[in-house]
Amino acid sequence: MGMTVAEKILARASGKTVVRPGDVVEPRVDLAMSHENAALVINQFQDIYKGTGLEPRVWDPDRIVIIFDHRVPAESSKTATNQKKIREFCAGQGIWHFHDIRGDEGGICHQILPEYGYVRPGQIVVGTDSHTTSHGALGALAMGIGATEMASVWTLGILLNLEVPATIQVAVTGRFQKFVGAKDLILHLIGKITAKGALFKVLEFHGPTVERMEVSGRLVLSNMSVEAGATAGIVPADDRTLDYLRKDAGVREPLKPVKPDPDADYDRLVEIHVDDLEPQIACPHTVDNVKGISQVEKTRIQQVVIGSCTNGRLDDLAVAASILKGRKVAKGTRLIVFPASSRIYRKAMERGYLRDLMESGAVIMNPGCGCCLGVHQGALGDGETALATTNRNFKGRMGNPNGDVYLCSPATAAASAVTGVITDPRQGGKS
Amino acid sequence: MSCVVYKLGDDVSTDTLYPGRFMATVLPSETVQYAFADDGEFNARLQKKEIAPGSVITAGSNFGCGSSREQAASCLAGYGLVILAKSFARIFLQNAVNLGLKTLAVPDLEAEPGDELEIRNDRVINRRTGKEFPVLPLPPARQAVVDAGGLIPYTKKRLLEKAVSSH
Repeated sequence: MGMTVAEKILARASGKTVVRPGDVVEPRVDLAMSHENAALVINQFQDIYKGTGLEPRVWDPDRIVIIFDHRVPAESSKTATNQKKIREFCAGQGIWHFHDIRGDEGGICHQILPEYGYVRPGQIVVGTDSHTTSHGALGALAMGIGATEMASVWTLGILLNLEVPATIQVAVTGRFQKFVGAKDLILHLIGKITAKGALFKVLEFHGPTVERMEVSGRLVLSNMSVEAGATAGIVPADDRTLDYLRKDAGVREPLKPVKPDPDADYDRLVEIHVDDLEPQIACPHTVDNVKGISQVEKTRIQQVVIGSCTNGRLDDLAVAASILKGRKVAKGTRLIVFPASSRIYRKAMERGYLRDLMESGAVIMNPGCGCCLGVHQGALGDGETALATTNRNFKGRMGNPNGDVYLCSPATAAASAVTGVITDPRQGGKS
Repeated sequence: MSCVVYKLGDDVSTDTLYPGRFMATVLPSETVQYAFADDGEFNARLQKKEIAPGSVITAGSNFGCGSSREQAASCLAGYGLVILAKSFARIFLQNAVNLGLKTLAVPDLEAEPGDELEIRNDRVINRRTGKEFPVLPLPPARQAVVDAGGLIPYTKKRLLEKAVSSH
């Protein structure tokens, strides 16, 4: 019996020829990413060394990447002090893959990792952020871990006691209608298999629809795989992946895509056909509470958010700008846009997307996680409703337990910003 | 004996356990104050120490879904709470094991607030109804971390073994 992509990667990284679901392995980590919560990782890391008589040194500073994105620029003195502590730690440990609060190389961790070519097919990537699953889009095995787990990785360079997860095969066929895409597909999948449908398992995406999809769309699929409970979401690397890594991310080293064996043993198969898929909306307060847009049209919204590690990329801003150009955001509705990285911000500026968005009434924020997790830059008022291209709609997520969050694609968000109510982008934003 | 103090449903998210706006607070000694911060009544009961260590929260499936934020586990561990759920989200479960928060998967559990439970390694007994419910065992790999008292002592042990073997 053959192996899935995740099994092959885990076998290689653990020095084994074959692994099976349930086996316990200790794979070597290729890339370890943290954001502001590195402050806690540092704390735990120093605790590990306490009393050992050893000098705390990370196992390999070249394999650690630190990116500030969750609260940038700092929203409080506490955050600023944490960021200061992390800066000093990076300098002391020689961690030079460090993306500070900067307009030239800053951004959201899950955009910076692919954009700067840190992620390669076949790698084991861990991050102290649940959406680390994003990097499966480049054919890596990428998963979120907690801060203490990361402190252990910084110490030993391996993941301790990992059980090999089973893999669910997702086969996607058909062509999307205009203004329907990767976000609608992943919301539909989560609605179908539920928030626990892939718990402790890996989603592996296949089919002609995924093969035709750009890396930016694949990142959306992998990013939100965790919302179905998945450990990881993998799109096996292909020519499109290599093309992205060479041309966009500037990677020059040899790359080795990992394909599943033809006789790989999957936990189950989930098939989706997208020809007739309508725009999808995740309704409050769980990501698997997914409805076709026709069921929630005309829901009034006070805040529209376009951005985040899920949908703040250049093509997301392009589609939003194309819908909003020459039109106005509805009175009583505010549109907040967070480009996912400085590079995207600059390109969106050069191509005129930001001008079109601003002229429509949008507020353009600096790259970062912004209001997605309810820390700053766009909390909801009591009884207010947001429509967002972000990834979670849990109660309290956008800073207020008395607010509602609906999730959608950038096209749906833009069309709805024009009308002030949830609007099908296929109807051109006419109310 | 452990008393059920709160009964929750499916998909309790890390935003319920520890809202994102308090994420700049990281030290376990400080996270406790924000446990269930958006649930004013339960947060107040915890902060006023009305809930004894060893008390039980019961929940449905996928407890702790969402963020990898470790505060969601450390804030509960700080009160000595025990979580009995049908199932747990992966990162939360790992964080709980790593930090010594007691979590048991008891898929068939029937218990109401106020019930006294006897928690054994392999089963939970509801003293009010007399019914017994099997506990799903932790995978042996995770049990080793629990037995070591958490991931920090476990990694410390591995680090020292490595230091010895490389000399």
